[in-house]
Amino acid sequence: MVTRHIISIGDFDRRQIDRLLDNAKRIDAQKYDNKALYGKILATLFFEPSTRTRMSFESAIARFGGTSISVDSVEACSIAKGETLADTIRVVSGYADAIVIRHPKEGAARLAAQFASVPVINAGDGAGQHPSQTLLDLYTIRQSMKLDGINVALIGDLRYGRTAHSLASALSLYHARLHTISPNGLELPTSLHSDLSEKGMEITDHDAITDVIKEVDVIYVTRIQRERFPDSASYFNVTSSYRITPELLAGAKKHAIVLHPLPRVDEIDPRVDLLPHAKYFEQSRNGVPVRMAMLLQVMQ
Amino acid sequence: MKKQESPENEGLLVRRIQDGTVIDHIAGGEALNVVKILGITGTTTESLSIATNVLSGQMGKKDIVKISNRELSKEEVDRIALISPRATINIIRDYKVCEKKGVEIPDMIEGLVRCPNPGCISNTNEPIRSRFTVTQKGLHCTYCDWVITKDLTSHII
Repeated sequence: MVTRHIISIGDFDRRQIDRLLDNAKRIDAQKYDNKALYGKILATLFFEPSTRTRMSFESAIARFGGTSISVDSVEACSIAKGETLADTIRVVSGYADAIVIRHPKEGAARLAAQFASVPVINAGDGAGQHPSQTLLDLYTIRQSMKLDGINVALIGDLRYGRTAHSLASALSLYHARLHTISPNGLELPTSLHSDLSEKGMEITDHDAITDVIKEVDVIYVTRIQRERFPDSASYFNVTSSYRITPELLAGAKKHAIVLHPLPRVDEIDPRVDLLPHAKYFEQSRNGVPVRMAMLLQVMQ
Repeated sequence: MKKQESPENEGLLVRRIQDGTVIDHIAGGEALNVVKILGITGTTTESLSIATNVLSGQMGKKDIVKISNRELSKEEVDRIALISPRATINIIRDYKVCEKKGVEIPDMIEGLVRCPNPGCISNTNEPIRSRFTVTQKGLHCTYCDWVITKDLTSHII
């Protein structure tokens, strides 16, 4: 039997993404069997902190009648004793019907899939891939508009932000136009930029969000981490110029939406929460139906 | 000049071998990297002859590597293609060329090159070999998606 894994959004073609999002929509409309995964066990192995991703996967399996098992912290598990990830995965494969993994090393989920005898879902590997986030981002956009040909602004840390990389790659399948706005040194990696351009994606780099606010349909904001800057003053200087405010959104298209993978710090003014543009809490909630569709795909 | 181009006069530079492999038409200056790719070091037992920057009618300058008493496998031969795609391999038995073949760029290479990404899982103590697919752009790490586009030899393990 071929074991199905979900490791990278790059492993999906457009048809497969559309099908998964359609399934998520049906689940969202409560059209699902709440015993679909009854008796099944999901292991969540998080070697890095997570709130939303972990809880939404646990919620997803519970809604299908299954259960989840996990370790409380990395310090408490055998990795801390020097066990390889390969061995941990082989062992956990014997305890669960699928494994969700987050790990600080890039390629860790690919390695896990190599050694697991059950399906593996990547919940983020270092600066690498985070496919479930990308799928729920696409799902949230699709709730407001068709994905084809949309104008998307990516704002913030585009160099280290894995969610922005995966989303940009997925959007290239839908002929979206990309507008990037990022501080010096945190631009989209050159290799990704050229890959996307080769796929025919139109990418424009801008100095300020005000340059494109009138054109864009989606404003995707990512957190700029304080540790990327030498001192607090330069950090605050940069973040203040990338902040999304009601005043800025006054110039946006009526149907434009603001997304953020969360947690946010200062990137979005709390007053924006009350505007119809704000979809980031909806986006976070969408993590459950999208991850339910993913679990069904690999576990049923 | 012409004498140096003919195969029978290669003996002037490097002695003929009785049994083993002659790798000819290596790009000039790449012989030592070919040896490195084959894992031959000062502590291995092969008897080795190397000629570098030999004049060649076809290539201008070429390198030649002769390895006694070792016939290279296809996997080993194809690794050479990564740095010298025009190389030819002659398997020698009792001073005669028994097989002559070119090299083919492989689709995948394992355990030959280290991923330059320090955050890649293949650079840890996990029980795996590095694995790259060979693409038009370069070598693509199947674990972390890093692409090595230049200076391949400096990443050889």
